[in-house]
Amino acid sequence: MNTEQTALLMEAEDGASLWHDAWLRLKKNRAAVTGGVVLAVMVVLAILTPWIAPYGYEAQNLDLGATPPSAAHWLGTDIFGRDLLTQILYGGRISLAVGFIATAVALVIGVTWGAVAGYVGGRIDSVMMRFVDILYALPFMIFIILLMVVFGRNILLLFLAIGAVEWLTMARIMRTQVQSLRQQEFVEAAVSLGLPPSAIIFKHIIPNALGPIIVYTTLTIPSVMLLEAFLSFLGLGIQPPQTSWGLLISYGAETMEEYPWLLIFPGLALTITLFSLNFLGDGLRDALDVRGSKD
Amino acid sequence: MLRFIFWRLLQAIPVIFVVITATFFLVRSAPGGPFDSEKAVLPEVKRALEAQYKLDLPLHEQYIAYLGDLSNGDLGPSFKYPGRSVNEILGSGLPVTAELGLYALSFALLIGVLAGVFAALRPNTRQDYIPMGMAMIGICMPSFLLGPLLVLIFGIYLDWLPIAGWGDLPGDKILPSITLGSAYAAYIARLSRAGMLEILSQDYIRTARAKGLPEWRVVIQHALRGGLIPVIAFLGPAFAGLLAGSFVVETIFQIPGLGRFYVQAAFNRDYTMILGTTVFLSTLIVFFNLISDVIAAWLNPRLRAQFKGGA
Repeated sequence: MNTEQTALLMEAEDGASLWHDAWLRLKKNRAAVTGGVVLAVMVVLAILTPWIAPYGYEAQNLDLGATPPSAAHWLGTDIFGRDLLTQILYGGRISLAVGFIATAVALVIGVTWGAVAGYVGGRIDSVMMRFVDILYALPFMIFIILLMVVFGRNILLLFLAIGAVEWLTMARIMRTQVQSLRQQEFVEAAVSLGLPPSAIIFKHIIPNALGPIIVYTTLTIPSVMLLEAFLSFLGLGIQPPQTSWGLLISYGAETMEEYPWLLIFPGLALTITLFSLNFLGDGLRDALDVRGSKD
Repeated sequence: MLRFIFWRLLQAIPVIFVVITATFFLVRSAPGGPFDSEKAVLPEVKRALEAQYKLDLPLHEQYIAYLGDLSNGDLGPSFKYPGRSVNEILGSGLPVTAELGLYALSFALLIGVLAGVFAALRPNTRQDYIPMGMAMIGICMPSFLLGPLLVLIFGIYLDWLPIAGWGDLPGDKILPSITLGSAYAAYIARLSRAGMLEILSQDYIRTARAKGLPEWRVVIQHALRGGLIPVIAFLGPAFAGLLAGSFVVETIFQIPGLGRFYVQAAFNRDYTMILGTTVFLSTLIVFFNLISDVIAAWLNPRLRAQFKGGA
């Protein structure tokens, strides 16, 4: 075996073990592992909610009223005698769904936009990125509120509105990645083989830019969830009869003087989830050795 | 430097124009006119009202008229509070929100920079982990949760501080300022830690230490200037966040500021008020981003040189 072949083999091994190395590094990071496990539990609970919730979502018991945590109601009940644990489980479904779906919207738009801009380059690139710059400078929180006011408080619109502002950073990250990747030999090889640009972008470039995308996605989910909770707290997000953690916190804040558990438990659910996502994201960033992914 | 400022100003103009145009057409495309309220209004009255607010003109003429009013600094009348203009309402809310934002930002800078520098001096020790753990809590604890919790603890259980209001009772400005500022304190702590860590590993710091300067002078005279550039660059975006945060904090603590007016206008569908406030707040935000960019460029010798050499 000559030296060239050996070098090639080593490179191939490096390629295969990159994810393995990252996995080993991640496993050593206790905070990130804990975050990942807690998050997984939350997601499973959210999916199984209709089967495991101790009470029906609509079940009221007006005679009972608000009671502190007890054996029958682990986290207590609200002023309508509804079981708080059930409410938190159903609210978590919505909060997590908004987090994941809006992030997915942002991911699709941002990755495609950034990949095209970075790959095509030239004038198209500068026009596309100027557009991103302008949107970046817009006060997006005000715009989301505006959208919710104008078009009604619709959960689908909420997904779209949040996704539509969160894709910008994703596009910037993706563009930088693509610009450095497209100069590499395997992309040149693909070009010379006559592959169409779309195939090169989706088959060769995006898979190689996965690291930063994963990291940034993990860090986008908590900021999206926070945004949803923020809007719901103001009464501009999720509307009853649906519920979310932000909405539960806002109800809890109204009656916290008499019934503090109504504020504390939904708050805990949200904070723990955000914590887990942030720790997992930070851990992934270290494990995949992604730098400066926030700008 | 002047060229840089001029260039950034030039970039800000289309942004503000896009905001005005997008907001105008969004608000006008909203279903239901402002006078389609529950109360039946006589057709003549409705027509007179629409004429007064220029709603009877074609859309593009309304737009041009609005731009004309704006260029005179007139944001138009409020639909819901007849007789009060948007300018008056904004004028009464702005000083309150500005004061709240100033206190919150001062709190965030003081706590954040102290914690960040403190952590950066002994990385990966307890002196690092404790403040950074607190910062993580600060980031994950949204203001709409922190605010009620602080009220519950300090306002109700301990009964040390008032639970609502602004300038009515002594000490009633403390809890809102902390609520609004704490998330920024957390971000600033992380940014200043990262910035300081990078600067402290540079050669000129080693030189300063090698010539026998005491550690506090190394930090204060040499490292802080460079280490805090990321913090300054963050202040522009932070300003936008503070404004958005004031929506929540002013609602929780019943403070008569811009944020509360905006949320109320959103609920009341007071379209001129929404339009005017959005345009005003957006311009403010763009302006503050501009200032923070200019200061960051001025503090960073490399960027400064780039613009002196022309580019």
